[in-house]
Amino acid sequence: MNAVIISSRQKPFVLALLGLGLVLPFAIYPVFLMKGLCFGLFAAAFNLLLGYVGLLSFGHAMFFGWSAYITAHAAKEWGLTPELAILAGVALATLLGLVVGWLAIRRQGIYFAMITLALAQLMYFVAVQAPFTHGEDGIQGVPRGRLFGLIDLGDTLTMYYFVFAVFVASLLFLYRVVNSPFGQILKAIRDNEPRAISLGYEVTRYKLIAFVISAAFAGLAGSLKSLVFQLASLADVNWHISGEVVLMTLLGGVGTVLGPTVGGFLVVAIQDYFAGIGSLVIIIQGIIFVVCVLLFRSGMIGVLTPWLKRRGING
Amino acid sequence: MMTIFGMPTQALFGQLLLGLINGAFYAMLSLGLALIFGLLNIINFSHGALYMMGAFVAWLALNFLGLGYWPALIVAPLVVAALGMLIERTMLCRLYKLDHLYGLLLTFGLALVIEGLFREAYGVSGQPYSVPKELAGGWNLGFMFLPIYRGWVVVASLILCLGTWFAIEKTKLGAYLRAATENPTLVQAFGINVPVMITLTYGFGVALAAIAGVLAAPVYQVSPKMGSDLIIVVFAVVVIGGMGSIMGSIVTGYLLGLVEGLTKVFYPEAASTVIFMVMVIVLLIKPAGLFGKGA
Repeated sequence: MNAVIISSRQKPFVLALLGLGLVLPFAIYPVFLMKGLCFGLFAAAFNLLLGYVGLLSFGHAMFFGWSAYITAHAAKEWGLTPELAILAGVALATLLGLVVGWLAIRRQGIYFAMITLALAQLMYFVAVQAPFTHGEDGIQGVPRGRLFGLIDLGDTLTMYYFVFAVFVASLLFLYRVVNSPFGQILKAIRDNEPRAISLGYEVTRYKLIAFVISAAFAGLAGSLKSLVFQLASLADVNWHISGEVVLMTLLGGVGTVLGPTVGGFLVVAIQDYFAGIGSLVIIIQGIIFVVCVLLFRSGMIGVLTPWLKRRGING
Repeated sequence: MMTIFGMPTQALFGQLLLGLINGAFYAMLSLGLALIFGLLNIINFSHGALYMMGAFVAWLALNFLGLGYWPALIVAPLVVAALGMLIERTMLCRLYKLDHLYGLLLTFGLALVIEGLFREAYGVSGQPYSVPKELAGGWNLGFMFLPIYRGWVVVASLILCLGTWFAIEKTKLGAYLRAATENPTLVQAFGINVPVMITLTYGFGVALAAIAGVLAAPVYQVSPKMGSDLIIVVFAVVVIGGMGSIMGSIVTGYLLGLVEGLTKVFYPEAASTVIFMVMVIVLLIKPAGLFGKGA
């Protein structure tokens, strides 16, 4: 099946979203939007695995956090320009994804989740002990630098448009992957792995490629985040982040294109709103998990799309 | 001073004992996880939180009701088991027909709620829980000083683990349980109430976690974070051992505790990561786990 990138019916909808993304920083605090975009991208990358291959990784924080560390270190200590610093971070995340994926796909289902979680914890302890991460302090005061040596990202609005551009390009790429012949095979593996094997597909190779792509984009999200907040810390590699990205995807809608981004914005909004109130964020996140699993497993987008369709609006 | 491999025996055996104690907790938790997984096909992510809750129930009982260590050893598992069975009846039972991953996600959410509630109420700093006076002090064994309480933890956990193994492998009830693990529909057809058995198994599994929590209270501080730190290591233990055999879970638990203790003596920097490294090696050599039956 040869997929068209975006069908003509969806075009007005996509253009409206793009327009919204361009004007939104004049209405809403841009740093909040950038945080939402970073986590939205992170969740979209995670969703490639859970939604389209059916693999639940509980360790995506390691790609996010380690890429953030490398980008921060490259920008601050080596004085690299932001695009090269991001590239360095993504390169490490990709490499890490290759190793972790290669190990984890030896087991399936629940074991896969536990292995990724354990490996992420291993990488967390490595981050605790490695000197360049500066332990509890993290890497602070990361310079945003000049993009290609020309455009100053120190300006918040410029930074926003940079993050937005990367986000849109990444989402288009992921959308293209999912709707390519390669993506079709991933879905076949998700729906019926033995059948995919019997059709002659090398299932492990497809799984590994999907895992590496997912890790790379999770890393890209982490790199962007470290430039936006000019900080890379232990919080980024903690298992809480791995849990949050699952929550974002689940809340937005597993296996939908825009769902994880919607979920990402929602979770970030909840975090910001309840930030000052002790452990309330954790309790609320836990409750959302329980409610999502018990009551709406298709997530916000999964609930909204049929509703919109019934009203004759095509999404 | 006596030394072995250039290490003072005192330090070596002290760390080995601590490793054995950690191993006891790994064994008790992974045993509960394996039992629950066998019958419910769910990996109970809230196991760590319920272990923490066991310790907290003991602490609360002491500070608000004046109940000491020994009653707590009975009360805490009962309270936690009751909560566990409530969770199973109201939430988990709706997920049995779905993908196993939903059970993991639900129990992860519950773990966040339980941990969050205790953090909200008691903060993140640990609360001390003193060793019961019957078990205070220690014996000098010549080559090392043995705090009696630590010896008790090892003995008590061994009795519990072996008792559970005996009950499952050698009694009639255990035979029902093993049969239901293999084929619940058939066992149900023989007139055994499988849903009740599932509920009780979940209750028993989390009660084991709660007892581990009470045993741990005097060794570590009672803190809301104690469960989440532990559960990830226990997951690695479960991956290493495989959940196919009860004895396998027990042996793997103690063994990895010892490995961790030894690492603390000879290369302390790797102590927090060694179990994960072992997991990597096992995945490379025997992906199904040491006692596993397939993926």
